[in-house]
Amino acid sequence: MMETKKVSKVDLIFEHIDPRELLTKVHGMTGSDIIEEIIESGLKGRGGAGFPTGMKWKFCAEEKEKTKYIVCNADEGEPGTFKDREILDRVAYKVYAGMTIAGRAVGAKKGIIYLRGEYKFLLPQLRMELDGFHKMIDEVGYDFEIDFRLGSGAYICGEESALFESIEGKRGEPRNKPPYPTSSGLFGKPTVVNNVETLVNSVIILKYGSERYKKMGTRFSTGAKVFSVSGDTLIPGIYELELGMSLLEFVKEFGDGDTKAVQVGGAAGFCVPRKLFASTVIGFEGVPTGGSMMLFNSSRSMYHILHNYLEFFTEESCGQCTPCRVGCQQLLKGVESVKKGESKSTYLNELVKLADTMKIASKCGLGQSVGNAFNSIVENFREEIIY
Amino acid sequence: MYQTDNLVKDLVEIHGRRRDSLMPILQGIVEKHNYLTDDAMVEVAKELDISAAEVYGTASFYSFLDTEPRGKYVIRVCKTITCAMKGKYEIIEVLEDVLKIKVGETTSNGLFTLLETNCMGWCHKAPAMLINDIPYTELTREKIVKIIRDYNHNK
Repeated sequence: MMETKKVSKVDLIFEHIDPRELLTKVHGMTGSDIIEEIIESGLKGRGGAGFPTGMKWKFCAEEKEKTKYIVCNADEGEPGTFKDREILDRVAYKVYAGMTIAGRAVGAKKGIIYLRGEYKFLLPQLRMELDGFHKMIDEVGYDFEIDFRLGSGAYICGEESALFESIEGKRGEPRNKPPYPTSSGLFGKPTVVNNVETLVNSVIILKYGSERYKKMGTRFSTGAKVFSVSGDTLIPGIYELELGMSLLEFVKEFGDGDTKAVQVGGAAGFCVPRKLFASTVIGFEGVPTGGSMMLFNSSRSMYHILHNYLEFFTEESCGQCTPCRVGCQQLLKGVESVKKGESKSTYLNELVKLADTMKIASKCGLGQSVGNAFNSIVENFREEIIY
Repeated sequence: MYQTDNLVKDLVEIHGRRRDSLMPILQGIVEKHNYLTDDAMVEVAKELDISAAEVYGTASFYSFLDTEPRGKYVIRVCKTITCAMKGKYEIIEVLEDVLKIKVGETTSNGLFTLLETNCMGWCHKAPAMLINDIPYTELTREKIVKIIRDYNHNK
Protein backbone atom coordinates (compact mmCIF):
# COMPACT_ATOMS: atom_id res chain seq x y z
CA MET A 1 0.00 0.00 0.00
CA MET A 2 1.45 3.31 -1.03
CA GLU A 3 1.57 6.16 1.41
CA THR A 4 -1.14 8.68 0.64
CA LYS A 5 -2.17 11.88 2.31
CA LYS A 6 -5.32 13.88 2.81
CA VAL A 7 -5.77 17.09 0.88
CA SER A 8 -3.62 19.53 2.79
CA LYS A 9 -3.53 23.18 1.82
CA VAL A 10 -0.41 25.22 2.44
CA ASP A 11 0.52 28.81 1.74
CA LEU A 12 4.19 29.12 0.91
CA ILE A 13 4.44 30.03 -2.76
CA PHE A 14 2.32 33.16 -2.48
CA GLU A 15 3.39 34.08 1.04
CA HIS A 16 5.21 37.39 1.14
CA ILE A 17 8.77 37.33 2.37
CA ASP A 18 11.56 39.85 2.68
CA PRO A 19 13.75 39.02 -0.34
CA ARG A 20 16.59 41.25 0.86
CA GLU A 21 16.84 39.41 4.16
CA LEU A 22 16.88 36.01 2.46
CA LEU A 23 19.32 36.99 -0.27
CA THR A 24 21.64 38.55 2.33
CA LYS A 25 21.65 35.23 4.18
CA VAL A 26 22.23 33.25 0.96
CA HIS A 27 25.05 35.62 -0.02
CA GLY A 28 26.95 34.31 2.96
CA MET A 29 26.63 30.70 1.78
CA THR A 30 28.96 28.97 -0.68
CA GLY A 31 27.60 27.60 -3.93
CA SER A 32 28.02 24.03 -2.73
CA ASP A 33 26.20 24.82 0.54
CA ILE A 34 23.24 26.08 -1.45
CA ILE A 35 23.25 23.05 -3.75
CA GLU A 36 23.52 20.66 -0.77
CA GLU A 37 20.46 22.25 0.81
CA ILE A 38 18.45 21.91 -2.41
CA ILE A 39 19.55 18.29 -2.94
CA GLU A 40 18.74 17.49 0.68
CA SER A 41 15.22 18.90 0.26
CA GLY A 42 14.41 16.37 -2.47
CA LEU A 43 12.95 19.12 -4.67
CA LYS A 44 11.99 17.89 -8.11
CA GLY A 45 11.14 20.09 -11.09
CA ARG A 46 7.66 21.57 -10.94
CA GLY A 47 7.18 21.95 -14.69
CA GLY A 48 6.12 18.35 -15.08
CA ALA A 49 9.24 16.33 -15.88
CA GLY A 50 10.34 16.13 -12.24
CA PHE A 51 14.13 16.14 -12.56
CA PRO A 52 15.88 16.62 -9.19
CA THR A 53 16.65 20.34 -9.07
CA GLY A 54 19.69 20.11 -6.81
CA MET A 55 21.36 17.62 -9.15
CA LYS A 56 20.71 19.88 -12.11
CA TRP A 57 22.38 22.78 -10.29
CA LYS A 58 25.26 20.53 -9.24
CA PHE A 59 25.96 19.35 -12.80
CA CYS A 60 25.97 22.92 -14.02
CA ALA A 61 28.18 24.09 -11.14
CA GLU A 62 30.75 21.43 -12.02
CA GLU A 63 31.17 22.81 -15.55
CA LYS A 64 34.34 24.83 -16.04
CA GLU A 65 32.93 27.33 -18.56
CA LYS A 66 33.07 30.97 -17.53
CA THR A 67 29.74 31.96 -19.06
CA LYS A 68 26.69 30.17 -17.71
CA TYR A 69 23.00 30.94 -17.84
CA ILE A 70 19.99 30.57 -15.59
CA VAL A 71 16.86 30.26 -17.69
CA CYS A 72 13.43 30.48 -16.17
CA ASN A 73 10.89 28.55 -18.19
CA ALA A 74 7.72 30.64 -18.13
CA ASP A 75 6.37 29.18 -21.35
CA GLU A 76 3.48 27.63 -19.49
CA GLY A 77 1.53 26.08 -22.34
CA GLU A 78 0.27 22.74 -21.07
CA PRO A 79 -3.51 22.67 -21.40
CA GLY A 80 -5.05 23.17 -17.99
CA THR A 81 -2.16 24.95 -16.31
CA PHE A 82 -2.14 28.59 -15.36
CA LYS A 83 -0.19 28.61 -12.09
CA ASP A 84 3.00 30.17 -13.44
CA ARG A 85 1.05 33.20 -14.61
CA GLU A 86 -0.44 33.55 -11.16
CA ILE A 87 2.98 33.21 -9.52
CA LEU A 88 4.52 35.84 -11.82
CA ASP A 89 1.54 38.10 -11.32
CA ARG A 90 1.62 37.92 -7.53
CA VAL A 91 5.16 37.13 -6.40
CA ALA A 92 7.52 37.72 -9.34
CA TYR A 93 10.23 38.86 -6.92
CA LYS A 94 10.41 35.31 -5.55
CA VAL A 95 11.06 34.03 -9.08
CA TYR A 96 13.80 36.63 -9.52
CA ALA A 97 15.21 35.64 -6.12
CA GLY A 98 15.21 31.96 -7.10
CA MET A 99 17.13 32.77 -10.27
CA THR A 100 19.62 34.88 -8.31
CA ILE A 101 20.15 32.02 -5.86
CA ALA A 102 20.60 29.53 -8.73
CA GLY A 103 23.09 31.93 -10.31
CA ARG A 104 25.04 32.12 -7.07
CA ALA A 105 24.98 28.33 -6.73
CA VAL A 106 26.27 27.48 -10.20
CA GLY A 107 28.32 30.59 -10.97
CA ALA A 108 26.07 32.27 -13.53
CA LYS A 109 25.74 36.03 -13.90
CA LYS A 110 22.97 36.16 -16.42
CA GLY A 111 19.37 35.04 -16.14
CA ILE A 112 16.71 34.98 -18.82
CA ILE A 113 12.99 34.55 -18.30
CA TYR A 114 11.27 33.09 -21.35
CA LEU A 115 7.71 34.31 -21.04
CA ARG A 116 5.07 32.92 -23.35
CA GLY A 117 3.57 35.46 -25.75
CA GLU A 118 0.12 34.86 -24.28
CA TYR A 119 1.35 36.44 -21.02
CA LYS A 120 2.87 39.51 -22.65
CA PHE A 121 0.31 41.71 -20.89
CA LEU A 122 2.22 41.02 -17.66
CA LEU A 123 5.48 42.39 -19.00
CA PRO A 124 5.27 46.10 -18.05
CA GLN A 125 4.50 45.21 -14.43
CA LEU A 126 7.19 42.51 -14.35
CA ARG A 127 9.84 44.83 -15.76
CA MET A 128 9.02 47.49 -13.21
CA GLU A 129 9.35 45.02 -10.36
CA LEU A 130 12.58 43.73 -11.88
CA ASP A 131 14.14 47.21 -11.87
CA GLY A 132 13.61 47.45 -8.12
CA PHE A 133 14.90 43.94 -7.65
CA HIS A 134 18.10 44.64 -9.59
CA LYS A 135 18.82 47.66 -7.38
CA MET A 136 18.27 45.59 -4.26
CA ILE A 137 20.57 42.69 -5.22
CA ASP A 138 23.22 45.19 -6.33
CA GLU A 139 23.22 46.62 -2.83
CA VAL A 140 23.37 43.17 -1.26
CA GLY A 141 26.39 42.40 -3.42
CA TYR A 142 25.20 40.07 -6.16
CA ASP A 143 26.57 40.30 -9.67
CA PHE A 144 23.49 39.01 -11.46
CA GLU A 145 21.20 40.37 -14.14
CA ILE A 146 17.85 39.12 -15.39
CA ASP A 147 16.26 39.81 -18.76
CA PHE A 148 13.02 38.84 -20.45
CA ARG A 149 12.48 37.12 -23.78
CA LEU A 150 9.04 36.55 -25.22
CA GLY A 151 7.63 33.53 -26.93
CA SER A 152 5.26 33.87 -29.86
CA GLY A 153 2.67 31.16 -29.50
CA ALA A 154 4.41 27.77 -29.70
CA TYR A 155 3.70 25.06 -27.12
CA ILE A 156 6.86 23.19 -28.04
CA CYS A 157 9.02 26.07 -26.79
CA GLY A 158 8.30 24.86 -23.26
CA GLU A 159 10.63 21.97 -24.10
CA GLU A 160 13.94 23.20 -22.76
CA SER A 161 16.10 22.83 -25.86
CA ALA A 162 13.37 24.22 -28.14
CA LEU A 163 13.22 27.15 -25.74
CA PHE A 164 16.96 27.77 -26.25
CA GLU A 165 16.53 27.61 -30.01
CA SER A 166 13.75 30.16 -29.75
CA ILE A 167 15.84 32.55 -27.64
CA GLU A 168 18.64 32.13 -30.18
CA GLY A 169 16.26 33.38 -32.86
CA LYS A 170 15.44 30.13 -34.57
CA ARG A 171 12.51 27.81 -35.10
CA GLY A 172 11.62 26.19 -31.80
CA GLU A 173 12.77 22.71 -32.72
CA PRO A 174 14.09 20.51 -29.89
CA ARG A 175 17.72 19.42 -29.97
CA ASN A 176 19.12 15.95 -29.57
CA LYS A 177 20.12 15.03 -26.02
CA PRO A 178 22.78 14.54 -24.86
CA PRO A 179 24.38 17.00 -24.53
CA TYR A 180 22.11 18.14 -21.72
CA PRO A 181 21.56 21.83 -20.97
CA THR A 182 23.77 21.73 -17.88
CA SER A 183 26.78 21.13 -20.14
CA SER A 184 25.60 22.71 -23.40
CA GLY A 185 22.44 24.78 -23.26
CA LEU A 186 21.69 28.33 -24.28
CA PHE A 187 24.27 29.54 -26.86
CA GLY A 188 26.08 26.27 -26.19
CA LYS A 189 26.91 27.32 -22.62
CA PRO A 190 26.16 25.43 -19.40
CA THR A 191 22.59 26.33 -18.50
CA VAL A 192 20.21 25.67 -15.67
CA VAL A 193 16.65 25.79 -16.91
CA ASN A 194 13.99 25.69 -14.21
CA ASN A 195 10.27 26.16 -14.14
CA VAL A 196 8.84 29.30 -12.47
CA GLU A 197 7.47 27.35 -9.52
CA THR A 198 10.66 25.32 -9.05
CA LEU A 199 12.61 28.54 -8.60
CA VAL A 200 10.17 29.79 -5.98
CA ASN A 201 10.51 26.45 -4.20
CA SER A 202 14.25 26.96 -3.95
CA VAL A 203 13.52 30.26 -2.19
CA ILE A 204 11.17 28.49 0.23
CA ILE A 205 13.77 25.80 0.95
CA LEU A 206 16.52 28.31 1.68
CA LYS A 207 14.21 30.34 3.89
CA TYR A 208 12.85 27.48 5.98
CA GLY A 209 15.54 24.83 5.52
CA SER A 210 15.34 21.47 3.81
CA GLU A 211 14.36 19.67 7.04
CA ARG A 212 11.13 21.61 7.39
CA TYR A 213 10.48 21.44 3.67
CA LYS A 214 10.75 17.65 3.63
CA LYS A 215 8.06 17.36 6.30
CA MET A 216 5.59 18.23 3.57
CA GLY A 217 4.63 15.67 0.96
CA THR A 218 5.96 12.13 0.83
CA ARG A 219 9.40 10.53 0.69
CA PHE A 220 9.43 10.52 -3.12
CA SER A 221 7.49 13.74 -3.59
CA THR A 222 8.66 16.22 -1.03
CA GLY A 223 7.03 19.60 -0.60
CA ALA A 224 3.87 21.10 -1.93
CA LYS A 225 2.72 21.97 -5.41
CA VAL A 226 0.55 24.61 -6.98
CA PHE A 227 -2.34 22.92 -8.73
CA SER A 228 -4.35 24.48 -11.53
CA VAL A 229 -7.87 23.13 -11.12
CA SER A 230 -10.35 23.48 -13.97
CA GLY A 231 -13.13 21.72 -15.84
CA ASP A 232 -16.19 20.33 -14.09
CA THR A 233 -15.61 21.77 -10.65
CA LEU A 234 -17.49 24.36 -8.66
CA ILE A 235 -14.26 25.89 -7.40
CA PRO A 236 -11.84 26.27 -10.33
CA GLY A 237 -8.60 28.07 -9.52
CA ILE A 238 -5.14 27.84 -8.02
CA TYR A 239 -4.49 25.69 -4.96
CA GLU A 240 -1.23 24.94 -3.21
CA LEU A 241 -1.42 21.41 -1.84
CA GLU A 242 1.01 18.92 -0.37
CA LEU A 243 2.07 16.22 -2.80
CA GLY A 244 1.15 12.60 -2.24
CA MET A 245 -2.63 12.78 -1.86
CA SER A 246 -4.75 10.18 -3.59
CA LEU A 247 -6.83 11.27 -6.53
CA LEU A 248 -9.92 10.17 -4.60
CA GLU A 249 -9.19 12.69 -1.86
CA PHE A 250 -8.59 15.33 -4.51
CA VAL A 251 -11.89 14.62 -6.24
CA LYS A 252 -13.75 14.70 -2.91
CA GLU A 253 -12.46 18.23 -2.44
CA PHE A 254 -12.74 19.58 -5.97
CA GLY A 255 -15.19 17.35 -7.85
CA ASP A 256 -18.81 18.27 -8.57
CA GLY A 257 -20.13 14.97 -7.23
CA ASP A 258 -20.25 13.42 -10.67
CA THR A 259 -16.58 13.21 -11.68
CA LYS A 260 -15.99 10.51 -14.24
CA ALA A 261 -12.33 11.14 -15.00
CA VAL A 262 -9.50 13.48 -14.15
CA GLN A 263 -6.82 14.50 -16.62
CA VAL A 264 -3.70 14.71 -14.48
CA GLY A 265 -0.80 16.64 -16.02
CA GLY A 266 -2.54 18.24 -18.97
CA ALA A 267 -2.91 16.90 -22.50
CA ALA A 268 0.55 15.36 -22.12
CA GLY A 269 -0.53 13.64 -18.90
CA PHE A 270 -2.79 10.76 -17.99
CA CYS A 271 -6.54 10.42 -17.96
CA VAL A 272 -7.52 8.60 -14.78
CA PRO A 273 -11.01 7.01 -14.69
CA ARG A 274 -13.17 6.92 -11.58
CA LYS A 275 -12.36 3.29 -10.75
CA LEU A 276 -8.69 4.19 -10.33
CA PHE A 277 -9.15 7.35 -8.20
CA ALA A 278 -8.47 5.54 -4.92
CA SER A 279 -5.31 3.80 -6.11
CA THR A 280 -3.80 6.82 -7.88
CA VAL A 281 -1.29 8.92 -5.98
CA ILE A 282 -0.61 12.44 -7.17
CA GLY A 283 3.14 12.70 -7.04
CA PHE A 284 6.30 11.35 -8.57
CA GLU A 285 5.65 7.85 -7.18
CA GLY A 286 2.24 7.82 -8.86
CA VAL A 287 0.98 10.15 -11.55
CA PRO A 288 3.24 13.18 -11.78
CA THR A 289 1.83 16.52 -12.82
CA GLY A 290 3.00 19.98 -13.65
CA GLY A 291 -0.11 21.03 -11.79
CA SER A 292 -2.80 20.68 -14.43
CA MET A 293 -5.89 18.96 -13.00
CA MET A 294 -8.89 18.93 -15.34
CA LEU A 295 -12.04 17.31 -14.06
CA PHE A 296 -14.64 15.77 -16.35
CA ASN A 297 -18.12 14.79 -15.26
CA SER A 298 -20.42 12.23 -16.82
CA SER A 299 -21.93 14.75 -19.24
CA ARG A 300 -18.63 14.89 -21.14
CA SER A 301 -17.80 12.80 -24.17
CA MET A 302 -14.35 11.31 -23.79
CA TYR A 303 -14.19 11.10 -27.57
CA HIS A 304 -14.45 14.88 -27.83
CA ILE A 305 -11.83 15.28 -25.14
CA LEU A 306 -9.41 12.93 -26.88
CA HIS A 307 -10.16 14.55 -30.22
CA ASN A 308 -9.41 17.97 -28.75
CA TYR A 309 -6.05 16.75 -27.39
CA LEU A 310 -5.11 15.19 -30.70
CA GLU A 311 -5.95 18.34 -32.64
CA PHE A 312 -3.81 20.22 -30.13
CA PHE A 313 -0.81 17.92 -30.58
CA THR A 314 -1.19 17.78 -34.35
CA GLU A 315 -0.97 21.58 -34.47
CA GLU A 316 1.74 21.94 -31.89
CA SER A 317 4.07 19.16 -33.06
CA CYS A 318 7.10 20.99 -34.43
CA GLY A 319 7.17 18.59 -37.36
CA GLN A 320 10.86 17.90 -37.09
CA CYS A 321 10.73 14.16 -36.39
CA THR A 322 8.52 11.76 -38.30
CA PRO A 323 7.08 9.66 -35.44
CA CYS A 324 5.54 12.75 -33.87
CA ARG A 325 4.60 14.67 -37.01
CA VAL A 326 2.95 11.77 -38.80
CA GLY A 327 1.93 9.94 -35.64
CA CYS A 328 -0.19 12.79 -34.31
CA GLN A 329 -1.97 13.16 -37.65
CA GLN A 330 -2.63 9.44 -37.93
CA LEU A 331 -3.96 9.13 -34.38
CA LEU A 332 -6.36 11.98 -35.10
CA LYS A 333 -7.48 10.54 -38.44
CA GLY A 334 -7.66 7.10 -36.85
CA VAL A 335 -10.06 7.95 -34.03
CA GLU A 336 -12.19 9.95 -36.46
CA SER A 337 -12.47 6.98 -38.80
CA VAL A 338 -13.34 4.58 -35.96
CA LYS A 339 -15.97 7.02 -34.70
CA LYS A 340 -17.52 7.33 -38.15
CA GLY A 341 -17.50 3.56 -38.54
CA GLU A 342 -15.09 3.72 -41.47
CA SER A 343 -12.58 1.59 -39.57
CA LYS A 344 -13.27 -1.39 -37.35
CA SER A 345 -13.06 -0.91 -33.61
CA THR A 346 -10.03 -3.23 -33.56
CA TYR A 347 -8.18 -0.49 -35.45
CA LEU A 348 -7.89 1.19 -32.06
CA ASN A 349 -5.41 -1.54 -31.08
CA GLU A 350 -3.22 -0.53 -34.03
CA LEU A 351 -3.46 3.09 -32.95
CA VAL A 352 -2.37 2.16 -29.42
CA LYS A 353 0.67 0.45 -30.95
CA LEU A 354 1.38 3.60 -32.93
CA ALA A 355 1.16 5.69 -29.76
CA ASP A 356 3.57 3.25 -28.08
CA THR A 357 5.98 3.62 -31.00
CA MET A 358 5.78 7.40 -30.70
CA LYS A 359 6.73 7.05 -27.03
CA ILE A 360 10.02 5.37 -27.87
CA ALA A 361 10.78 6.89 -31.28
CA SER A 362 9.95 10.60 -30.87
CA LYS A 363 12.77 13.03 -30.32
CA CYS A 364 11.30 15.01 -27.44
CA GLY A 365 8.72 14.97 -24.70
CA LEU A 366 5.89 16.14 -26.94
CA GLY A 367 5.77 13.09 -29.18
CA GLN A 368 6.76 10.83 -26.30
CA SER A 369 3.80 11.86 -24.19
CA VAL A 370 0.96 11.87 -26.74
CA GLY A 371 0.50 8.20 -25.91
CA ASN A 372 -0.16 8.96 -22.23
CA ALA A 373 -3.54 10.54 -22.80
CA PHE A 374 -4.29 8.51 -25.91
CA ASN A 375 -3.74 5.10 -24.36
CA SER A 376 -5.33 5.93 -21.03
CA ILE A 377 -8.49 7.23 -22.71
CA VAL A 378 -8.72 4.41 -25.26
CA GLU A 379 -8.13 1.78 -22.55
CA ASN A 380 -10.61 3.17 -20.08
CA PHE A 381 -13.28 4.66 -22.32
CA ARG A 382 -13.08 2.46 -25.37
CA GLU A 383 -16.83 2.30 -25.91
CA GLU A 384 -17.07 6.10 -25.94
CA ILE A 385 -14.50 6.26 -28.71
CA ILE A 386 -16.25 3.65 -30.83
CA TYR A 387 -19.95 4.50 -30.39
CA MET B 1 0.16 46.19 -46.82
CA TYR B 2 2.14 48.71 -44.87
CA GLN B 3 5.44 50.54 -45.18
CA THR B 4 7.94 49.74 -42.45
CA ASP B 5 9.58 53.18 -42.83
CA ASN B 6 12.26 53.30 -40.15
CA LEU B 7 10.74 50.63 -37.92
CA VAL B 8 13.17 47.83 -38.79
CA LYS B 9 16.17 50.13 -38.39
CA ASP B 10 14.84 51.37 -35.06
CA LEU B 11 14.29 47.82 -33.83
CA VAL B 12 17.78 46.82 -34.93
CA GLU B 13 19.14 49.77 -32.96
CA ILE B 14 17.37 48.47 -29.84
CA HIS B 15 17.90 44.73 -30.22
CA GLY B 16 21.14 44.48 -32.19
CA ARG B 17 22.15 42.56 -35.30
CA ARG B 18 22.83 39.16 -33.78
CA ARG B 19 20.88 36.08 -34.75
CA ASP B 20 19.20 36.12 -31.36
CA SER B 21 17.96 39.64 -32.10
CA LEU B 22 15.65 38.15 -34.71
CA MET B 23 12.70 37.19 -32.51
CA PRO B 24 12.48 40.54 -30.67
CA ILE B 25 12.71 42.38 -34.01
CA LEU B 26 9.95 40.30 -35.62
CA GLN B 27 7.87 40.66 -32.46
CA GLY B 28 8.40 44.41 -32.60
CA ILE B 29 7.12 44.59 -36.19
CA VAL B 30 4.09 42.49 -35.33
CA GLU B 31 3.40 44.65 -32.28
CA LYS B 32 3.12 47.67 -34.56
CA HIS B 33 1.58 46.20 -37.72
CA ASN B 34 0.06 42.86 -36.57
CA TYR B 35 1.71 40.81 -39.30
CA LEU B 36 4.90 40.48 -41.32
CA THR B 37 5.02 41.42 -44.99
CA ASP B 38 7.52 39.85 -47.38
CA ASP B 39 9.20 43.25 -47.70
CA ALA B 40 9.55 43.57 -43.93
CA MET B 41 11.10 40.11 -43.66
CA VAL B 42 13.54 40.81 -46.49
CA GLU B 43 14.53 44.06 -44.83
CA VAL B 44 15.17 42.25 -41.54
CA ALA B 45 17.23 39.63 -43.40
CA LYS B 46 19.40 42.37 -44.93
CA GLU B 47 19.90 44.12 -41.61
CA LEU B 48 20.90 40.89 -39.85
CA ASP B 49 22.85 39.63 -42.86
CA ILE B 50 21.03 36.30 -42.96
CA SER B 51 18.95 34.81 -45.75
CA ALA B 52 15.32 35.81 -46.12
CA ALA B 53 14.48 32.10 -45.98
CA GLU B 54 15.92 31.97 -42.44
CA VAL B 55 13.73 34.87 -41.41
CA TYR B 56 10.64 33.39 -43.02
CA GLY B 57 11.47 29.94 -41.62
CA THR B 58 11.60 31.35 -38.11
CA ALA B 59 8.54 33.58 -38.49
CA SER B 60 6.37 30.86 -39.98
CA PHE B 61 7.13 28.55 -37.05
CA TYR B 62 5.38 30.80 -34.53
CA SER B 63 1.62 31.20 -34.58
CA PHE B 64 1.79 34.79 -33.26
CA LEU B 65 4.22 35.89 -35.98
CA ASP B 66 1.65 36.04 -38.75
CA THR B 67 2.87 36.23 -42.31
CA GLU B 68 -0.59 36.92 -43.73
CA PRO B 69 -2.42 40.25 -43.50
CA ARG B 70 -4.20 40.76 -40.19
CA GLY B 71 -6.54 43.41 -38.88
CA LYS B 72 -5.65 46.06 -36.34
CA TYR B 73 -7.18 43.92 -33.61
CA VAL B 74 -6.38 40.22 -33.77
CA ILE B 75 -8.88 38.18 -31.80
CA ARG B 76 -7.68 34.75 -30.72
CA VAL B 77 -10.30 32.54 -29.12
CA CYS B 78 -8.97 29.66 -27.03
CA LYS B 79 -10.13 26.33 -28.43
CA THR B 80 -8.43 23.94 -26.04
CA ILE B 81 -10.30 21.52 -23.85
CA THR B 82 -11.60 23.56 -20.91
CA CYS B 83 -12.64 26.49 -23.09
CA ALA B 84 -14.20 24.02 -25.54
CA MET B 85 -16.18 22.50 -22.62
CA LYS B 86 -17.24 25.89 -21.29
CA GLY B 87 -18.78 27.41 -24.39
CA LYS B 88 -16.05 28.25 -26.89
CA TYR B 89 -18.37 27.26 -29.76
CA GLU B 90 -20.98 29.83 -28.73
CA ILE B 91 -18.27 32.45 -28.35
CA ILE B 92 -17.11 31.86 -31.91
CA GLU B 93 -20.71 32.02 -33.13
CA VAL B 94 -21.31 35.33 -31.39
CA LEU B 95 -18.08 36.81 -32.73
CA GLU B 96 -18.85 35.63 -36.26
CA ASP B 97 -22.28 37.12 -35.93
CA VAL B 98 -21.12 40.47 -34.53
CA LEU B 99 -18.14 40.86 -36.85
CA LYS B 100 -19.82 39.30 -39.92
CA ILE B 101 -16.75 37.21 -40.69
CA LYS B 102 -15.72 33.57 -40.25
CA VAL B 103 -12.74 32.25 -38.30
CA GLY B 104 -9.57 33.06 -40.26
CA GLU B 105 -11.05 36.15 -41.90
CA THR B 106 -10.56 39.90 -41.45
CA THR B 107 -13.34 42.47 -41.45
CA SER B 108 -13.52 44.57 -44.64
CA ASN B 109 -12.57 47.73 -42.73
CA GLY B 110 -9.34 46.01 -41.67
CA LEU B 111 -10.16 46.38 -37.99
CA PHE B 112 -10.67 42.81 -36.73
CA THR B 113 -9.22 39.40 -37.55
CA LEU B 114 -10.85 36.36 -35.95
CA LEU B 115 -8.62 33.38 -35.15
CA GLU B 116 -8.52 30.43 -32.79
CA THR B 117 -5.56 29.58 -30.59
CA ASN B 118 -4.43 26.83 -28.26
CA CYS B 119 -4.57 26.91 -24.46
CA MET B 120 -3.65 30.38 -23.20
CA GLY B 121 -3.74 29.65 -19.49
CA TRP B 122 -7.18 30.88 -18.42
CA CYS B 123 -8.85 27.47 -17.99
CA HIS B 124 -10.33 28.42 -14.60
CA LYS B 125 -11.98 31.43 -16.21
CA ALA B 126 -13.05 29.80 -19.46
CA PRO B 127 -14.04 30.66 -22.11
CA ALA B 128 -11.26 33.09 -22.89
CA MET B 129 -9.82 35.08 -25.77
CA LEU B 130 -6.99 37.47 -26.51
CA ILE B 131 -7.38 40.71 -28.42
CA ASN B 132 -3.83 41.53 -29.43
CA ASP B 133 -2.11 41.16 -26.03
CA ILE B 134 -5.08 41.65 -23.74
CA PRO B 135 -6.86 38.62 -22.29
CA TYR B 136 -10.65 38.58 -21.84
CA THR B 137 -12.10 35.82 -19.70
CA GLU B 138 -15.39 34.30 -18.51
CA LEU B 139 -16.90 35.44 -21.78
CA THR B 140 -20.61 35.68 -22.41
CA ARG B 141 -22.59 36.97 -25.37
CA GLU B 142 -23.21 40.28 -23.60
CA LYS B 143 -19.56 40.73 -22.69
CA ILE B 144 -18.41 40.10 -26.23
CA VAL B 145 -20.89 42.52 -27.76
CA LYS B 146 -19.70 45.19 -25.34
CA ILE B 147 -15.99 44.48 -25.90
CA ILE B 148 -16.34 44.69 -29.68
CA ARG B 149 -18.42 47.84 -29.38
CA ASP B 150 -15.70 49.44 -27.24
CA TYR B 151 -12.99 48.53 -29.75
CA ASN B 152 -15.12 49.93 -32.56
CA HIS B 153 -15.48 53.20 -30.64
CA ASN B 154 -11.79 53.52 -29.92
CA LYS B 155 -10.52 52.56 -33.32
